[in-house]
Amino acid sequence: MLRKKTDLDRMRDELRDLYKKETARILVCAGTGCVANGSLQVFKALQDELEKHGVFITLELLAGEKKPGVTAVKSGCHGFCEMGPLVRLEPSGVLYIKVKPEDAPEIVEALVSGGPPVERLLYHHPVTGEVFAEEEAIPFYKNQQRNALANCGSIDPEEIREYIARDGYQALAKVLTELKPEDVCREITASGLRGRGGGGFPTGLKWDLTRKAKSDKKYVICNGDEGDPGAFMDRSVMEGDPHKILEGMAIAGYAVGADEGYIYVRAEYPLAVERLKKAVQAAEDYGLLGKNILGSGFDFQIKIKEGAGAFVCGEETALIASIEGKRGMPRPKPPFPSDSGLWGKPTLINNVETFANIPRIITNGAAWFRKAGTEKSPGTKTFALTGQVVNTGLIEVPMGVTVREVVYGIGGGIRGGKKFKAVQIGGPSGGCLTEEHLDLPLDFDSLLSAGAMVGSGGLVVMDEDTCMVEVARFFMGFTQNESCGKCVPCREGTKRMLEILQRAVDGEGRVEDLEVLEELALAVKDGSLCGLGKTAPNPVLTMLQYFRDEYLAHIAEKRCPAGVCQALAAYAVIAEKCKGCGRCKKVCPVEAISGEVRKPFTIDPEKCIKCGACVDVCAFKAIARGGK
Amino acid sequence: MNAAERNNFVLIDQQRIEVNGEKSILELARKAGIDIPTFCYHSELSLYGACRMCVVEIEGRGVVTSCSTPPVPGMKILTNSPRVQRVRRTVLELLLANHDRDCTTCDKNGRCKLQELADRFGVRKIRFGERDEKLPLDESAPVVRDPNKCILCGDCVRMCEEVQGIGVLDFVNRGSRVMVAPAFNKKLQDVECVNCGQCSAVCPTGALVVKSEIDKAWAALHDEEKLVVAQVAPAVRVALGEEFGLPPGEIVTGKVVAALKRLGFDKVFDTCMAADLTVMEETAEFLNRIKKGENLPQFTSCCPAWVKYAEHNAADLLKNLSTCRSPQQIFGSVVKRHWAKKLGKKPEEVFVISIMPCSAKKFEAARPEFSVNGVRDVDLVLTTQELARMIRESGLLFDQLEVEAFDMPFGLTTGAGVIFGATGGVAEAVLRTAHSLLTCKPADEYANDGLFNFETVRGFEGLKEAVLEVDGLEVKVAVVHGLGNAKRLLAEVKEGKANYHLIEVMACPGGCVGGAGQPVATGGEAKKKRAQGLYSADKLSQLRKAHDNPAVARLYEQWLKKPNSSEAHKTLHTSYQMRGRITGEEITLLTSKQENKINLAVCVGTCCYLKGSYDTLKKLMEKAESEGVGDRINLHATFCLENCEKGGPSVRVDDTVVSGVTPDKVESFFTENILGKLKIPAESQ
Repeated sequence: MLRKKTDLDRMRDELRDLYKKETARILVCAGTGCVANGSLQVFKALQDELEKHGVFITLELLAGEKKPGVTAVKSGCHGFCEMGPLVRLEPSGVLYIKVKPEDAPEIVEALVSGGPPVERLLYHHPVTGEVFAEEEAIPFYKNQQRNALANCGSIDPEEIREYIARDGYQALAKVLTELKPEDVCREITASGLRGRGGGGFPTGLKWDLTRKAKSDKKYVICNGDEGDPGAFMDRSVMEGDPHKILEGMAIAGYAVGADEGYIYVRAEYPLAVERLKKAVQAAEDYGLLGKNILGSGFDFQIKIKEGAGAFVCGEETALIASIEGKRGMPRPKPPFPSDSGLWGKPTLINNVETFANIPRIITNGAAWFRKAGTEKSPGTKTFALTGQVVNTGLIEVPMGVTVREVVYGIGGGIRGGKKFKAVQIGGPSGGCLTEEHLDLPLDFDSLLSAGAMVGSGGLVVMDEDTCMVEVARFFMGFTQNESCGKCVPCREGTKRMLEILQRAVDGEGRVEDLEVLEELALAVKDGSLCGLGKTAPNPVLTMLQYFRDEYLAHIAEKRCPAGVCQALAAYAVIAEKCKGCGRCKKVCPVEAISGEVRKPFTIDPEKCIKCGACVDVCAFKAIARGGK
Repeated sequence: MNAAERNNFVLIDQQRIEVNGEKSILELARKAGIDIPTFCYHSELSLYGACRMCVVEIEGRGVVTSCSTPPVPGMKILTNSPRVQRVRRTVLELLLANHDRDCTTCDKNGRCKLQELADRFGVRKIRFGERDEKLPLDESAPVVRDPNKCILCGDCVRMCEEVQGIGVLDFVNRGSRVMVAPAFNKKLQDVECVNCGQCSAVCPTGALVVKSEIDKAWAALHDEEKLVVAQVAPAVRVALGEEFGLPPGEIVTGKVVAALKRLGFDKVFDTCMAADLTVMEETAEFLNRIKKGENLPQFTSCCPAWVKYAEHNAADLLKNLSTCRSPQQIFGSVVKRHWAKKLGKKPEEVFVISIMPCSAKKFEAARPEFSVNGVRDVDLVLTTQELARMIRESGLLFDQLEVEAFDMPFGLTTGAGVIFGATGGVAEAVLRTAHSLLTCKPADEYANDGLFNFETVRGFEGLKEAVLEVDGLEVKVAVVHGLGNAKRLLAEVKEGKANYHLIEVMACPGGCVGGAGQPVATGGEAKKKRAQGLYSADKLSQLRKAHDNPAVARLYEQWLKKPNSSEAHKTLHTSYQMRGRITGEEITLLTSKQENKINLAVCVGTCCYLKGSYDTLKKLMEKAESEGVGDRINLHATFCLENCEKGGPSVRVDDTVVSGVTPDKVESFFTENILGKLKIPAESQ
């Protein structure tokens, strides 16, 4: 039990000395993605192998003044999930990818013998073939700047001592011993940190509003209800560095005058839930949460609340209703949670990543934080980079880097050498940006002005084979399903927008739909109650703004330029490629294909039902599927 | 505008409006003469902000809902900008697209808010699709629920939960599949709904309406064989006029009587007479309880919604309810059991139709306790609204009708019976009689008019109190209206925090004047006017105490003898039943096609479950298998056999419920109750 700041300092120093006895450490990624790929078996195999070599050691053994050795720990997510299971070696920084349990002997052998790393397990550049041994040198990582994710992948998230050894809870100790609550708020305000949940509201201002609210009881809530499809920034932090969140929340509690906090996390994140619970328990055991923290007189406890997975519960008032045991539906603001939040009490609610940024701002100062990012959007931001890019995964970059730097620098460009078409930024409520936006800086204000938003940080890259109408339809389907159904524009409006988009991709679009769709989208944006409804039309509006011709092609010409929409596809034999083998004719279920052997065949568009069977069987790629 | 002025003013559509403590822009705009449209805004309900009709545009802030945004001096507000119009029209068009638009045949035709606003905004074309599906109606209760007409404004949900404290309605599903429904989509009659109908009173569309039974009334009126008798509740006479353009609270008793006569009623009587009889019975009962010091506080029992509420939620306090029937049922009993006999008619030859401000009265009249040999005491209940419709249908020009008087003998009433229609009225009427009986000599009884009035129990405060000193004992009276208020008071009574002797409860806010059968009242003002109307009628009455009613006195002389006599108990009192559980679907586990079989039902409700009924069920099935009688048993898992007190797990064997069938007792239970009954000796025997 740590009773004062000096206890914490002493413990940190002792732990640092202990860790110096590590000759090397093996970090096996135990994030959800790698676990799904079998990383726990890899961990076991590595551990066994180390024992065989007699070099395996644990923190407890190190403390027992035994000889130095190699530790093996399960780490949080590295972000390069598609390459998992990932294994990192320290201090060398070597990163092995797609590791299987049977690779363990080779890995340990190379480590123990001091030989070169196992080359076949290293990252090879898909185009140049260049081999990268060190994690930080890989292009995917080289262009990143990891702050919120700093510890993810390099510490054991279930071991509070590792966090303490790396100056963990020092920021909390600092505010408790050196700063007044208003000083903390001032520091956060000075840092310019803006809410990482998507809204971009100035964090310091929010804290100060909550601090100034008068009440006998206040709460701090951490919003971990990450619901965007494909987004897993918050999950990674919760799984990989849970103590950083607890520390950030405790600092917030001190700053606003709250003694109780909730972490609202989706029940679909069982690993995050488990690690958070363990972290809370450990922090309580060490006296870093609970009563009279570090002898300061400040009390703060944290409860974990599991959400049932409704997307709208990411909206703060719906989230609060959910914690209260009510149906997860948003309510109008004002009053804002800072005045009347959980159980009617002033409540500070911030996103996971926002809290994860707090300890370092306190430790290093607002000026340090401002070194990264732009004037109005300082700091770094995590994004989930997915879609048709070469490298996908979780990244953290300074705000203000361009879309191009992300897509080509970190993402390694478009897969299969195809052409970039668009990038959907900000999840299902974000907007689609085009080639002309490649040099747009990724920050709150620039994205908003282009019709997209930072949102929770989803970045879906699309290539030339993507139909933007279909993309808009897909996202509209998502928001319609996830609408809570409370306000009319969102409930009914998304349903009707979806119907109109569905008609377009089904080839039943009408020219007058364009006007109705546009009007509806604007009314839903203006008229909806919460952020979900207000942003739901974004994919449609950006589609109509940047890809209007593509939509018109669907409704006016009944043509899908990208050749995606099945109902609009037109099949034709490319005469130059056709060898006249007749396989397509045999497979066609409606006898739409005719021709003589060894001469180019033809498809009768009247008979064709667009099933695509001919394309699948043609060995010569002689059947084109596309617009008329 | 200088700085000082700017501090107090906002600009609404370029008009300078002073802010004077208004909580919302909506309120301020209405004061400024701009009627901002709404569906989900009700001053008596919490702020909801879902319909989005009340949006306005604020310079620098964009489009916001005016119901939830407080006016801040200096704001520039536009209530009619293009963006505002676009949102409102779109909302209406979207609602109409999903609405079952059979307006011409809708109960709310002409009184529907959606219809009104669609007309106001000139929506002439719906560019979106139609409603996808036609969901079934729930016609199980006096309130009919039509989900196809619901616009999900949530007014009913909040009314039921916040004002009435019941919460049988809530939202289910998400996205465009959201609907308002009772738990598990049960019917209203199968849940804790008390039929107060307040949900239908706030419903802007035809999604919740009070069931219309006009056809049955016409059929009776056209039946030559039947003597059709009307009774008119007090609250009807101060509200019916509103349906014909008269102001709320205007007393139209004479016209109501005239209209009913013209519609073909043979006799038109006044429920107030029965109310006087209720006062006699209830006061006698109350004084008796005071004397004995038992079953206090005594709760009034005139309001059928409150009675059902108590049956669901206050089983332990049912003995505290007055056993008196409500005036409606007392009237039915008097007419069918006494008056008809005097005329030489059988009860079934007289058809009693009550005109009530209430939907729960329909349920009350149908309760089995109020039928004798299958003949109901009150055959049919019509609401004020239904009567208005019959009057319109028949072409009577209501405002031109010559007034007529109630028929005798049950047209003789006192002011005490009249004020039953307003919250506090029953308590005041009982107090008047109790006070007279206990403290006054007949000579000075009329000396001081002030004695008639217990004004502290009047008005629209949620909880009202009065104290009457009787022989050194302070008799404390409480009056609540709105079941939410009743719920809070009940909790205090149960905790021993509230020491009252008499508690009057009316389910509807304002009492019967605010009943769901009344003309739709927007806001509380109309209800207050109606109550005022009743109190003026009371003031104008020559007789103002129930025990002064000569018709009542004659009934005691000729028939009942004295209050709480055995005849009175038989015909004017009733009993209550626990309704602790809502019904649940049984889950069938074994079905037998044999003739000689046993029906077994194992309770899997909470109490029994905790005592191991799941294991009991499992063992029973195993045992049935091993004994080879699985095909001779109908086995169900069922919810609550209402046997919790005797101790679970409870198992129903045909018609008898056996308690305490814990898993270890299955063996002996099976031998005794099943094998024994099937006349199969157990293998072990």
